[in-house]
Amino acid sequence: MLLTGWGRTAPTAARVVRPRTAGEVARALADAGPRGVLARGLGRSYGDAAQAAGGTVLDCTGLTGPIRLDADRGEVTVPAGVSFDRLIAHLLARGHFVPVTPGTRQVTVGGAIAADVHGKNHHADSSLGAHVRSLTLATPAGRARVLTPSAPGEDGDLFRATLGGMGLTGVITEATLAVLPVETSYMRVDTDRTESLDATLDLMSRTDADYRYTVCWVDLLARGSAMGRGVLTRAEHAVPRDLPPALRRDPLRHRPGGAPAAPPRVPPGLLNSWTVGAFNTVYRNAAPRRRRGQAQPLAGFFHPLDAVRGWNRLYGPRGLVQYQFVVPLGAEDALAGIMEGLSRAGAPSFLTVLKRLGEGTGGHLSFPRPGWTLAVDLPADLPGLGRMLRRFDERLLAAGGRLYLAKDGRADAETVHAMYPGLPAWRGIRERADPDGVLVSDLARRLRLL
Amino acid sequence: MRDSVGTVRTVLLLGGRSEIGLAIVERLVREGAREVVLAARGGVAEPPGALTALGAKVHSLEFDATAADTHTGAVREAVALVGDLDVVVDAFGVLGDQAGYEADPAAAARAAAVNYTGHVSAGLAVAARLREQGHGALVVLSSVAGVRVRRFNFVYGSAKAGLDGFAQGLADSLHGSGARVLVVRPGYVPTRMSAHVDPAPFPATPAQVAAAVSAGLRSGATTVWAPRVLGPVFAGMRLMPRPLWRRLGR
Repeated sequence: MLLTGWGRTAPTAARVVRPRTAGEVARALADAGPRGVLARGLGRSYGDAAQAAGGTVLDCTGLTGPIRLDADRGEVTVPAGVSFDRLIAHLLARGHFVPVTPGTRQVTVGGAIAADVHGKNHHADSSLGAHVRSLTLATPAGRARVLTPSAPGEDGDLFRATLGGMGLTGVITEATLAVLPVETSYMRVDTDRTESLDATLDLMSRTDADYRYTVCWVDLLARGSAMGRGVLTRAEHAVPRDLPPALRRDPLRHRPGGAPAAPPRVPPGLLNSWTVGAFNTVYRNAAPRRRRGQAQPLAGFFHPLDAVRGWNRLYGPRGLVQYQFVVPLGAEDALAGIMEGLSRAGAPSFLTVLKRLGEGTGGHLSFPRPGWTLAVDLPADLPGLGRMLRRFDERLLAAGGRLYLAKDGRADAETVHAMYPGLPAWRGIRERADPDGVLVSDLARRLRLL
Repeated sequence: MRDSVGTVRTVLLLGGRSEIGLAIVERLVREGAREVVLAARGGVAEPPGALTALGAKVHSLEFDATAADTHTGAVREAVALVGDLDVVVDAFGVLGDQAGYEADPAAAARAAAVNYTGHVSAGLAVAARLREQGHGALVVLSSVAGVRVRRFNFVYGSAKAGLDGFAQGLADSLHGSGARVLVVRPGYVPTRMSAHVDPAPFPATPAQVAAAVSAGLRSGATTVWAPRVLGPVFAGMRLMPRPLWRRLGR
């Protein structure tokens, strides 16, 4: 079966099997052929992280079962194949929420831990890995291992190597996550429009600490001093008194879905600097200049990517590349330089997101670190894209920044090695869990991670 | 493995001294390929300076197009040198001289063995590897000479016709395997190999053929013509009445 990432760029073939239990996962690992085995979730990593050319790919969405919420301990135990969509619905109905959610609900718990996903609360709460209380990992070296962050020695090391470890340390079969009690399924949102990149960065720097959730949509196609203007949204979980009376009767109501789907085939070039530029202008002008305390359903606030099903198809048959990086605080000139480069290239990205990140989790290959992160979607057939991104990589390296492996499908091995100084230590831990080199992915081969 | 912007890392050139083949390799290296294997009889002791200057690591491999028994082993050696084969360029061949072939039938059969049967064993050996690794592209240098065979070079043309058909069938057999075949049909390309024949209309330089191959690899095409106009030209040529076709010069 041919598999690609969410960007639909570089298909490779693998045998796909769908284990339904941890036992079946262990058997698949034991039966590995010469081209290895890899776990895949819902395929939302953009590049080649969830592909293993010529090998066996475990479709882990069959690893489901009951979700066990322990409200007293403030934690939930969930099979790794359960989606955030299902987990969030389950938790909200019981007055809880996930500690961290990425921009889509269509990820599995296992995949989210393997990518150590972050969300709009990263500056306040770090990434998902900081809220994993334990995880069960099937490793090729044998027995399922229950790992906790505080475990001494090898188990604690393997736990950290697994956060952001891109599925290369083992197959996560179950996890226990801390949960957050909430009173409503709504967010109390403050919105501000900014007029320039400087204004955007300044407002975020000054006010991030006042909110649990913040994110800024930026308009890269605006020219001159308007480049980097944006719509900044900051929010807290709403309490019933924040809601209009009509909503207070059922404050935990959560009915996402019914999203329209992108057409199955889209001609190349639909998203270009003209169409996206027009979208950006409309989108920005539709946002209020300044609004306070708007009650917004949580799905709309957190998961804009779920508003159109299969939106990745809008980039046409050649697919899309998402470029996401972080630069340390103080390296704003590198951030601005890359944004100006994207703007000059007319990069038609309609969901460009800027966010301030806080502390990382200690995962060796985990992406987040304190700084500014920018995520930008680019058509894979944009002329000169490869060269432009290589130039940005150099700029990033010089500024002490790094790329997000869950988004990458094109960086050089040497570049990524320099960006992740934890890689040698990670390799040592990984080799003990997988001495025969069973776990592999196209990403790992391309970036020579193993 | 091809990356998300279409860059490949490794290239194997079967026919390591082919000018067109080397032009394709150079193009892929300019675009980011890092490891190259040049396979030819006796190996390629002195790799073209352009490749190393561009930062590629160039390996040499013994490869005899007429020794079908050795082809699977040669592919395996290439994999041992560079790992997965992202692009394999199948470019070996001899042009020869039609009058000479007609005077020496055994020589004609030897040329056909290089131009056709050598590609059968090499192509199948490469395909088996690409299928196993689940990705990769085989670029087969066919020719317009094989699209409709002409009286003036029918020994060469018939072998290319066979090769073209083989490559198309191989492409279909690889459908869904992650591997694919790109059939390249250049017209007249001025090189050392073609120095003794008169130029034909719509020529292409090796670099132009390489550009067409690069574009075809990126777009997922199954066939490229170089120059592109030869596609419609030969669609017309195929319809030409036989008495007229027989009299066609070059």
